[in-house]
Parts: sequence; C-alpha cells; structure tokens
Amino acid sequence: MFDNFPLWPARASAGAGNIDALYIFLLALSAFMCLAIFAMILIFATMYRRRRGVEAEQIEGSTELEITWSIIPLGIFLAIFVWGAVIYFHERTPPRGASEVYVVAKQWMWKLEHQEGQREINELHVPVGRDVKLIMTSQDVIHSFYVPAFRIKQDVLPGRYTTAWFRATKPGVYHLFCSQYCGTMHSGMIGQVVVMEPALYEAWLSGGGTSGSLAASGGTLFQQLGCSTCHRSDSQGRGPNLVGIYGKPVQLEDGRTLTVDENYLRTCILSPSKNVPSGFKPIMPVFQGLVSEEQINALVAYIKSLTPSPAGGQGGLSLAPKTQYPKE
Amino acid sequence: MATVAVTAERENYLNKEYGIRSWLLTTDHKRIALLYLASITFFFFIGGFFALLIRLELLTPAGDLVQADTYNKLFSMHGQIMIFFFLIPSIPAVLGNFLVPLMIGAKDLAFPRINLLSWYLYVIAGVIYLHCIVTGGVDTGWTFYTPFSTAFSNTRVIEAGISIFIVGFSSILTGLNFVVTIHRMRAPGMTWSRLPLFIWAHYATSIIQLLGTPVLAITLLLVVFERAFNLGIFDPTRGGDPLLFQHLFWFYSHPAVYIMILPAMAVESEVVACFTRKRIFGYNFVAMSSIAIAVFGFLVWAHHMFVAGISLYSALIFSILSYLVAVPSAIKVFNWTATMYKGSISFTTPMLYAFGFIGLFTMGGLTGLFLAALGIDVHVHDTYFVIAHFHYIMVGGAVMGYLGGLHFWWPKISGRMYPEAWGRLAALLVFAGFNLTFFPQFILGYMGMPRRYWQYPPEFQVLNVLSTAGSTILAVGYVLPMVYFLWSMRYGKIAEDNPWGAAGLEWKTSSPPPTFNFDETPVVTWEAYNYEEIPAPAEVNVER
Amino acid sequence: MSDSPVAVEQHGPEHLHHFVDAEQQRDAAALGMWLFLATEIMFFGGMFLAYLVYRYWYYNEFAAGSRSLDIYLGTINTAVLICSSLTVALGVRAAQMGNRKLLVILLLLTIVFGFAFLGIKGVEWYQKYEEHHIPGRSFSADDLIRDYPQIHIDPRPEQIYFSLYFAMTGLHALHMIIGVGIFVFLTYHAWKGRYTPKYYTPIEIGGLYWHFVDIVWIYLFPLLYLIDRKPLR
Repeated sequence: MFDNFPLWPARASAGAGNIDALYIFLLALSAFMCLAIFAMILIFATMYRRRRGVEAEQIEGSTELEITWSIIPLGIFLAIFVWGAVIYFHERTPPRGASEVYVVAKQWMWKLEHQEGQREINELHVPVGRDVKLIMTSQDVIHSFYVPAFRIKQDVLPGRYTTAWFRATKPGVYHLFCSQYCGTMHSGMIGQVVVMEPALYEAWLSGGGTSGSLAASGGTLFQQLGCSTCHRSDSQGRGPNLVGIYGKPVQLEDGRTLTVDENYLRTCILSPSKNVPSGFKPIMPVFQGLVSEEQINALVAYIKSLTPSPAGGQGGLSLAPKTQYPKE
Repeated sequence: MATVAVTAERENYLNKEYGIRSWLLTTDHKRIALLYLASITFFFFIGGFFALLIRLELLTPAGDLVQADTYNKLFSMHGQIMIFFFLIPSIPAVLGNFLVPLMIGAKDLAFPRINLLSWYLYVIAGVIYLHCIVTGGVDTGWTFYTPFSTAFSNTRVIEAGISIFIVGFSSILTGLNFVVTIHRMRAPGMTWSRLPLFIWAHYATSIIQLLGTPVLAITLLLVVFERAFNLGIFDPTRGGDPLLFQHLFWFYSHPAVYIMILPAMAVESEVVACFTRKRIFGYNFVAMSSIAIAVFGFLVWAHHMFVAGISLYSALIFSILSYLVAVPSAIKVFNWTATMYKGSISFTTPMLYAFGFIGLFTMGGLTGLFLAALGIDVHVHDTYFVIAHFHYIMVGGAVMGYLGGLHFWWPKISGRMYPEAWGRLAALLVFAGFNLTFFPQFILGYMGMPRRYWQYPPEFQVLNVLSTAGSTILAVGYVLPMVYFLWSMRYGKIAEDNPWGAAGLEWKTSSPPPTFNFDETPVVTWEAYNYEEIPAPAEVNVER
Repeated sequence: MSDSPVAVEQHGPEHLHHFVDAEQQRDAAALGMWLFLATEIMFFGGMFLAYLVYRYWYYNEFAAGSRSLDIYLGTINTAVLICSSLTVALGVRAAQMGNRKLLVILLLLTIVFGFAFLGIKGVEWYQKYEEHHIPGRSFSADDLIRDYPQIHIDPRPEQIYFSLYFAMTGLHALHMIIGVGIFVFLTYHAWKGRYTPKYYTPIEIGGLYWHFVDIVWIYLFPLLYLIDRKPLR
C-alpha cells in the first residue's frame, strides 16, 4: 500500500494467507457487530430520548431473546475456535523432512546455525519454497522468535528446546524481532530473515567458509567427549545404541515411555538421571556446565543424523553440504 | 456565594467531625472510601505521567528521550501502578466501599476496622512502591517473568514484589468485607433477587479477589525468596521451570482483569437503568452473568501462554474455554442495549460515560475473540494488538465506568453537583482522546510491532505519532474532572437527596448521608429498579 | 460513636453498633474467618502446586531430601500440634461453659505447644544448616549422593527440594508465630474476664485459625518427611 506508511504486514510464508483470512473474517465480524450495536444504540437514543409526558415502558426481559443471543454468539465463537485451532495445529506440526536451523538466543542477539554448518548472527538466510524448522533454546532468559511476515512466533526458553517452522514464499528481507521482554536491549534484539531464490541461496551457502555440517561437528564432539565409549553402535556398550533411535519411543526405567525428540536428547545430555532407559544403569555423567548450547545443538544434530529420515532429509555423516529441495 | 448553604447544615458523615484524626482513624465506610479516592487518584497521576513519558519516547523510532533501561522501568512501573494501585482498588474501594452498605440498607460494612486496615495496607504498600521508584525502579515488566526477574534484573524487584504483596492483602480484605456484608447485613426485605446489579457484580468481584489474589501473593513471595535467599524454585540452571512461574502468575492475573471490569459493569447497570428510567432488561441474566464471569474467569489463564511452550492440547483447551467466558460479557452488552428500547433517555455525563463504555468495551471484547483464536494469537501475542485490546477494556471500559460512577454518585458523596457542561466536555474528550490513542495500536500490532520496545523500525512511526497525539487529549480529559470535582466541593450546587430520581436505597437518604446511613433501618418491599414508582426529576436535562 | 436512634438494646460493650444484634455479629465473624481461611488455602496452594510438579520430575532428589529430614523431630512436632488443637478445642468448650480459669490454662498450654513446635522447627533448620542443605552458595548434596548410591541424584534439582522445604515450613512457621501472637492476645483478655458464654467469638475464630495452621502441617509432614521412607531399592 503506502510505502512509508504501511498498514498491513508483508505476506511471505505459506501459512500467512490462512492467518490473514481468519483475521479478515474476524475484522468483518467485529465491524458488523460494532455497527449493529452502535446503530441500535443511536436509534434508541434518538427515538427514546426523554420527552415530556412520555414514560419509559418497564420490560422485565425475554428468556427467548437471552437464549438466542447466547446460543448464536456461542456458535460463532466455537466456529472461530475451530478455525483458529486448525491453523495452530498446522503451525505447531513441522512437516517431515524440513531442513533444520538451530537457534540460540541470548541477551541480546540471535545466533543461528544451519545444518550445513553455516553460522549467522541476527540474520537467517533461507531459500524460497523450503520447509524450515527452527530448533531453539536460550542461554539466559526467555526470548521469543517473531517474524511478522511469516506470522510465526515462538518463545525461546532456557533449559529446553522449542520449535517453530515456516515455508517462505516470497523473496525479500523481513523483520526478525524478539517479542518476549528480555532486558535492556530487548528492542535491539532484532534482525532479518533473508529469503532468496534457490540458486542465490546455494551461492550464499558455498560462499562462506564453514567447518563442515552441524552433524559432522557433532560427530567430532561425540568422540572428543567420550560419548562413543559407552554409546557403541554394536550394542555392547554400557549405554544404549544411538543408531536409529530418533523419533522412536523409548521405555524408561521408571515405566514411562517417551519419544526420542530434541528435548529428550537434551535432557539425556544435561540431566541423565531423569531419562534412564530400561535395562540400563544410571551411570551416565552429567554434562551440564561442560557443554555450550551450540555444542548441545551439534550433538543433537549428530544423533539425529544416525537415524535415516524417510524423505532423505537431514542426511547422514557426509561432510559436503547437501543440496536438496522438496519437489515444489 | 449563593450556593453555599445559609441555613444550618444537617449532620452528615462529612461534617460530623473535623480534624485529621477523625479521618485517619475513621471506621466509617464512607470516609474510608474518600481516603481511597485520594490515594488512588494520586497513584493514577503517577502512572499516567509514566504513560506520557512512554508515548513521548515513542514519537520517534529511535530511543532518544530516555535510555533503554529507563524506558523499561517506565512501562513496568506504569503497568504495576495502574493495575495494582489504581484499577484493582478503584471502583470497589471507592464506590463499593461507599455504596455497598447503603445499597443493602446496612449501617456499615461487616468489619469497619478491617476496612480501615485495608486502606492502611494500601498506603504502606504505596509508600514502599514510591521508595522503589526513587531508588531505581523495577524493569521486569508488570509481569515479573522469570528467570529475568529472579536472576538477571538489577533493579528493585524485591521491593516492588513486597509492595504488591501488601497491596494484594488490601484487595483481599476489601473482598472479604463485601462478601460477609452482602451475606449477613442486608436490610429486612432485601432478598437476593431485589439486590441492585451493582451488588451482584461486586459480590462476584469479591469472590475473585478472595480466591485469586493469594496465588499472586505466594508467587511474588517465591520470586522475592529466590532473589533474597537464593532459593532455586524458578531457576532453570537448577532444574526450575520458568513456565511454572507463568502458570502461577496468570492464575491470578487473568481473573484480575475481571476484578477490574466487573465493577465497571456494576456501575453501567445502575447508570443505564437510571437514565433510561427503566429496570435493566433481563435482571436475572445480568446477575448470573457476573457469577459466570467470575467462575469461568478462573479457567482460562493459559491463554496468555499460547506461544510460551505449553502443549498443543493444553492450548486447545484454554482457547475453547476463553470463548466460553466471552459469552456472559456479550449477554450483558445486549441486555444494556435492550434496556434502552422504549426507555426515556437523558444524556447526562454519567450516561455519556455509559454510552462510551458500551462502545469501547464491545470493541475491546471483540478483539478478545481475535486473541483467543490460536492461529491469530501466535501472530499478535506480545505485540501492540494486545496492548490495544487490554487498554480498550481497562481504560475504555473500566476507567470510563469509574468516571461515570464518580459523576453519578458525586451528589450523594459530596452533597454537591458537579458542573454538567464541563462533565460532558470531559467525557467527550476522554472518548475521543482514548480512541485516537489506542485504535492505531491495533494496526501497529498486526503489522508486527512488538510491545515493550524502546526503539522501533521507522515504518511504524506514523501510527505511533497518532497514538501519542491522542494521549495528550486523553490526559486533558482526565485532568478536568479532578479540577471541577474539587471546585464543586465548595462552589457546586447543593444536591438534593435524589437529584437523578434514581432507584436504590442510597438515594433514599440525604446527600451526603448521615454517619449511620439511615435515620431508620429501611424495610424493603419493592423490587430493584422500580422506576415506574419513582417520579422523574423535573429538570434533569430534558431535551429542549 | 453515638448510639443510633433505633431502640437501645441490652448489649455488652463488645457489641458493635453497626450490627443489628449479637447473633449477626457472631455470624459475620465466623463467615469472615472461614473466607479468610479459604484465602490461606489458595496461598499455600501455590506452593503445593510447585511441589507437585517438581516431585513428579525429580522424584529421586525429593526422596533423598525427604530422608535427610529428622523424622523423629517431625513426628514429635506433629504430635505437639495435634495436642495443641486439642487444647484449643477444649478451650472453646471452656469458654462456652463460662469456665474462665480453665480457659486461661488451656490457652496458655496452646501457646506452650506453639513455642515447642517453633523451637523444634528451629532445631531442625539448624540441622539443615549444618548439613549444608540450605540452598545457595554453600549448598552441597554430596552427603546424599554418598548415602544413596543406588539412585542417581542430581545436585541441582536437589536444591529445589530444599527450596520448597524452607519456603513451605518457613511460611508455616510464620503463620504459627502469628497464631501464637493471637493466642497471647486471647489469653490476656480471657484472664481479664472478657469472654463469657454469651460472647466468646474471638476464641472461636482464633481457634479456627489455629486448627487451619495445624491442618496445613498435617499435609506438610507426609509431603516433606515421608517420601519413600521404605528402604530404597
């Protein structure tokens, strides 16, 4: 619309349209309700303004009216609820095969690391048309990753991972905001998401020097920290074999059954006594304080890479950056 | 000076005793109401001053008026002061304290000394908070989220926490007093179904104050303990969960918004009935909707946490419950509107505020539907959309209700009329200024401007300038009543017992009332809002 | 305050004038105290919720911490409080019967029990201090890790158990102190003969408060002291 005076945010993700549709519906509904009520008030105020000799008519009420104007709004509200819930469900279910970006938030900057090993600060380059899943954690306080143009937002917490995902549909540069108050430079913790045509994105990827993919550096760390001593791939180790476990259920000593996801792996590294798989002893050392958030991300990425993914997504232990796009 | 009484004034609660001791040691609910009026007005202007500074800073995208830390303190303290020291007490502690005994035909509240204690707790908390402000303030946002508040903020968090803990007890004691009074001290014949809707709404409010505020108290206390004694309950590095804080905090703070709006709805019912000269349409439904709001209000707290990291299924449940709680509020709006049908409507200042209330509360309430929709909330949570939403309800709704109520009962409270022309002007200024301030913020929010931002990208500037312009008009609208209410206490026209021809026991006693409210205990044999039996006053703003 | 013009009724000095009669005053006081106790339930409830969540997550740490508490002292304290509730209940009865001397004795006994509880609590806290179980810089869970090798104890959430222990018993003790203060006030006035079979409301509602504080302890004791007291696997 107006260049310097925009009234609507850019729409640059696959999901943005749905959200805008619901928003416009709600705008229309609200406008209608406001107009209806304001008009009635205006009409009543005029028609029934106080006049000499005209008395008010005492009306007790009308149960039929009450029920009508309770049920109808309730019905409309439930419809809105369902529409909003469907959108939300979609928003919170990252598709399989999405490429992953690990995000570490700290006061007051965003640190991002692509699977391929590319690191960025306060900027995220993504190609048009690719599903991107963000796996995020904070080093200190609660932050929130917000890209208005994509209509996504997710709080980023210390001590655990939260995820969000999007598929960019329009090349351009879009705001990235921190939207959970986090201290002095909360309003300075902003950056941009740069959406590029696939070819340009490839060029960008191979342009910067990287030290190998995230999973690869995780593999190196896995050896260095001695994880491979107990977590052997021949099931002879004192710790469980990690090949093929990602995404599968695991039964724990205390009887619970959990799914092996990013948070599960993170807990195992930082508080192993919480998640002891059945049949194993609680002897894994605690790595809290010994590994940084970025290192945890690398380890998690490595362990995930030990499970082949159905859409050929994250890929294995190859050191070369992968070039893969969904068939769009 | 013809307006000053020449004949001997009847004895009333104002002139019965003079001197500062008679005020500071009073147990008369009416005097305590005025003590509260003075103190909350004081804090209103401090909170309002912080708001003006915020809006001034936001005139330009750059942070160029104050430093970032200062700005963060300004919005934190604006929120805390306005919510805990102004809105939560406002109508209950001023109008409720004054009117609840009168409306039910009692001589005072059940526990007059506890009433005075609640005011002193407010004052002590207020002094502590003032000390907090001058020794550095607090910058955690009004919400005190951990671990920022427990482990990272370098400001006076402990002091602010203790202050709010104490003022919470003031609120609890007020609620306790009202519930016991309404249960046990109604005059003969004043059955539950004859109670004014003002009482029903205050009863519901008091239940929330009683059951919700203690949870805030323990939550803030745990934050204080964590900072003071290094306990680790919310510390993620020791296994603590920051989301636990949020659940505990919002378990109170959501019902708190109903503490703020229900009393304004109480006023709305009384004012609309009087200036349409009819009983409120659907009395039973309006009364029950207050109770429904109080009950459902306790079930929706995590709609403040849809993107906080709660599970998908949790979010679904809280979203649907949030839609349920919207229904009783809608019912009220429809009933007030229906009351105007075939009424006899006057456009006095209280009625202008009442019109404004319906309009702005409707707009604010409708935007609540946006926020309850999960898909939308993800986009607009923590943006100016939310700020606009809650200001529409709390300022457009609650504050207008408060001002409308003050004008309506001013003759009863002070024995004087305020100047009507100035009253209407102020009401219009408040309405216009308010909309200009906050409507642009809806647009800003959807565009993506986050809240609590000291600096912002330049494309948001035009709307911010509009908003700041509106706030100056709003400020004028708020200052005017302060001036002319004070003026009226000396020069205002002397008020009769019932200048509006209103229904309700409070209008059957003198303006101002005697200390024990009634010369003889009333015996009630009529239904509420018996306007068919009350003659309209001759001169109240008849359309020429 | 001057008498209202309504017919003067026969009433004692404790009848407050805004009430219609003594019965209304008594009913109001009782309802007021019950409502206040409801607020106290919500107040403690926040801590119980935190306890629930963290015990579910950190069972081992909670079990170990619980075993490190002195169960003998805890049990004695429980018995002390139960006895004190007995003296309170008997005191209300003494007031109803107009037995001033017995009332004073029972109130004094209650205060003695209250002090006993607080004294024993103080001893327990001091034990925790010596064992380095107070959360913060000097906290150490090494002794627990050493004592219970068969379970894995993470020292960091162990601090959460003790944080809750101190918060809950601390706030409970604060309520006890207030209760003792209330009972000192009641004892003084009972000794002065202020409470009669026609007017003993303060004893009743003071008693309600005391019973409530007792009940909170009845919950705290098993939750804090009795987690998994059977031999650890």
